[in-house]
Amino acid sequence: MTDATYLAVQRQFKSRRLTAFAVPLLIILYLTYLFVSFDIPGLAARARLDNAGIMLADFWSHKTHVTRNNATGNLTVAIEGESKGTYAPSQYPDWVQTNGATTTIDLGSGNLITYDAKGARYIVPGYGTIDIKPQGEKLVLTAPQPIPTWINVADTRISVTTPAGRFAYSRSKVETFKYEPGWELFFFTLDSPFYGKSYGQLTAMLMADRIDPARSNLGLMASEFWNNKMWHHSVVAWALFETVLMAFLGTMGAALIALPLAFLAASNFAPFRAIRFTFRRLFDFLRGVDGLIWTIILARAFGPGPMTGALAILLTDTGTFGKTFSETLENIDEKQVEGIRSTGAGALQRARFGVFPQIAPVLLSQILYYLESNTRSATVIGAIVGGGIGLLLTQAIITQKDWEEVAYYMILIVLMVMAMDTISGWIRRRFIGR
Amino acid sequence: MVDITFGPPPGPRPDLNNPTEAYIHQTRRKRLYGFILLLFFVALMASGFHTAQDRNAGDFLSGLHQLGDFPAEVLSEAWTNRANLPALLLHYLPSLLETLNIAGAATLLGGLLGGFLALGSTRHLARFPTLTPLFRRIADIMRAIPEIVIALMLIFILGGGPIPAVLAIAFHTAGALGKLFSESAENADLKPLEGLASTGASWGQQIWLGIIPQVAPNWLGYALLRFEINVRASAILGFVGSGGIGYDLKLAMQWGGGKYDQVVAIFALLFFAIMAIDQLSSMARNRLVKVH
Repeated sequence: MTDATYLAVQRQFKSRRLTAFAVPLLIILYLTYLFVSFDIPGLAARARLDNAGIMLADFWSHKTHVTRNNATGNLTVAIEGESKGTYAPSQYPDWVQTNGATTTIDLGSGNLITYDAKGARYIVPGYGTIDIKPQGEKLVLTAPQPIPTWINVADTRISVTTPAGRFAYSRSKVETFKYEPGWELFFFTLDSPFYGKSYGQLTAMLMADRIDPARSNLGLMASEFWNNKMWHHSVVAWALFETVLMAFLGTMGAALIALPLAFLAASNFAPFRAIRFTFRRLFDFLRGVDGLIWTIILARAFGPGPMTGALAILLTDTGTFGKTFSETLENIDEKQVEGIRSTGAGALQRARFGVFPQIAPVLLSQILYYLESNTRSATVIGAIVGGGIGLLLTQAIITQKDWEEVAYYMILIVLMVMAMDTISGWIRRRFIGR
Repeated sequence: MVDITFGPPPGPRPDLNNPTEAYIHQTRRKRLYGFILLLFFVALMASGFHTAQDRNAGDFLSGLHQLGDFPAEVLSEAWTNRANLPALLLHYLPSLLETLNIAGAATLLGGLLGGFLALGSTRHLARFPTLTPLFRRIADIMRAIPEIVIALMLIFILGGGPIPAVLAIAFHTAGALGKLFSESAENADLKPLEGLASTGASWGQQIWLGIIPQVAPNWLGYALLRFEINVRASAILGFVGSGGIGYDLKLAMQWGGGKYDQVVAIFALLFFAIMAIDQLSSMARNRLVKVH
C-alpha cells in the first residue's frame, strides 16, 4: 500500500466518522427546534384526555338514555338519545321497570336508580344512597358526607359518574346513561320486526309466515337492514362506491390523457425540442399545483360531488403520469421500433406494434399503483369537495359524539383500501407476472 | 396415446402443418379478447362518468365554462392589490415553514418507525421470524388508514395545532415506508450478517453494521420521496383544521372576495415550495443512486 492510498483511506475514514456523528446531531437539533416551535410542553395543558376516554368507549359501546321530563313526567328510553332509537313503552329493556309514577333502573352490580314523584334516588354499592329532591328553584342533595369528587354538585344540576353509568338531575329533567358493549341497532332498528332476535330466531322467522304479505321475509329482512335508519347502510355503501369511482375515473382518465401527451414529451418521439419542453413544463405545473388547490378551483366551477373529486385526481395525475410515461418511453429498446419500421409501418403502427408492447406492463403497473393510492386520496378529497365516504367520516367526526360511526367508517375504509390493494395485486400478477 | 398420458387436450390444437393459419387464428382470438376488454373498459368509464355527473352538484359541460371564472376573479383582484403581495408572501412564510416542519417531523418519526416495522417484517432479518406476518399486517393497516381520519380524531383529543397533523402523517408514513423499506431490505446481501454473527455480534449489531449501511441509500431515497408526498398531505390537513399554511388558506377562502390577494400569495408560496422540494429531492435521490 502506498502512502498516498493510505492517506486517502485515512481521510475518508475521518470524514465518514464525522458524518456519522454530524447526522444524528443535526437530527437532534432539528427535533429540539420542533419541540419548541410546536409548543410540545403546552400540549399537556391543551390535551383533553377525558375526550380520548369518551371516544375510545364510544368506539365499541353504545349508551342508552333513560330520561324523565320533570315538567310532564313523561319517560323516554332512547339509544344514544336519538328519536330514531327511541323504545316504544311496550319494548323497554328489562333493566328499566316503570309503573307510571315510579321508574326503577338497574345499572347492574347493585346500582339502583329510582325516579318517583318526590325526586330521584341512586343507591351506589359501597357508598350509600344519593337522594335528590327539587325544592323551589334549587335541588337538595342528601348523600353520605364527604361528597366524593365523582358527584358534581351545582345549584341547578347534580351529576353522578360511576363505573356503571352516568346520572344527571337538573330542574327540567332526570337522565340516566347506561353503557353497554356493541353497536345495538347495527342490523335492525327498534321499529323493525326483526329487532332483538337471536340468529336462531331469525332463521326460524325466514321459514315462518310472511310478516309483510307483499314480499318474502328474507326480502323484508334485507330491506330492513339496507334501509336501517340509524346506520344508513345503503348511504354508506353508495359513499364507498363513490369513493372508488372517484379514484377509478381520475386515475384512468389521467392515464388516457397522459399517454398520447407523453409521446410529445419524450425526447425520442417529440418532433421539436420546443414541444417537448412545453409539455414537460405543463406536466410539472399540473403536478406542482397541489391536489388541494385543484380541488378548490374545481369545486368552484363544478360544485361539490364525486365528479369534482375525480377531476381533481385526474388533473394532478395527468402531470404525474405524463412525467413517468415519458420517462418510460425514453427508456424503450429502439431495435423493435426499427424492425417494425423496416416493414414500412407508419408512425401510428410503429407506436402500436413497436412501442406499446414494450411499455404496456410498466404503464399498467404504474396505473394500478396509483389507483390504489388514489383510493386513499379520494377519501381525503371527498372530505373537501363533499363526496363519498370522506364526507360521511368528517361529518361523523365533527358531531363529536358519533364515534361508533367513525369506527365503522374507518374499518370500511381500511377494508376498501386493502381490497383495492388485493385486486390491483391480482391484476398485476395476472397480466405482468410480477 | 399421448392424449391419454397427458390428459385430455385443453382445446383445439394448432395444426402444425399449417403454422400461418394457426398464427392468424391465435392473433384473431387475442385481438377479439383485447377488443372485448376495451369495450368493457369504455363502458365502465362512460357509466362511471355518468354516475359521478349525476351525483355532482354542478354539471360537467356548464361547469367547464366557469372553470376559468374563479381563477380569473382571484387573479384580477390580486392584480389590483398587487402592491400587497410582497408583504403577504413574507407574512405567510412562517405558516409555510410550519407546514414543511410538520412534513419533516412526520417523515422522521414515520421513517424511524417504518424502519423497525421493516426489520420486523423481513423474513431473514427479523428477530422473531414467526412474527413477520403480524408486522406486515400492522404496516398494511397503518398504510390503509388515511391521514385525515387520524388527524381529525387527534384534533378532538389534543386540540388544534401541528401535533395532530405530525402524528397522523407519521402513522401513515410508517406503514408506507415499512413496506418499501422491507422490500429493499429483502434484497440485501446476507453475507455481512454471517460474518458479523461469526464474530459474536448481537442481533442489533448485525443489523446496524451489516444491513443498515447496505440499505441506507435506498431507504433515504424512499424517505425523501415520502417527504415530497408529506408536504402535500400536511397542506391538506391544515385545510381541515390543523396548523400550517393550509389553515391560512382556508381562512382566506372562507372570507370570499376581498381577500383573494392572500389566496394568491398562499397558492404561490405552496406552488413554489412544492416545486423546489421536488427538484431538490429528485437531485438528491439521483446522487444517492449514483454514488452507490
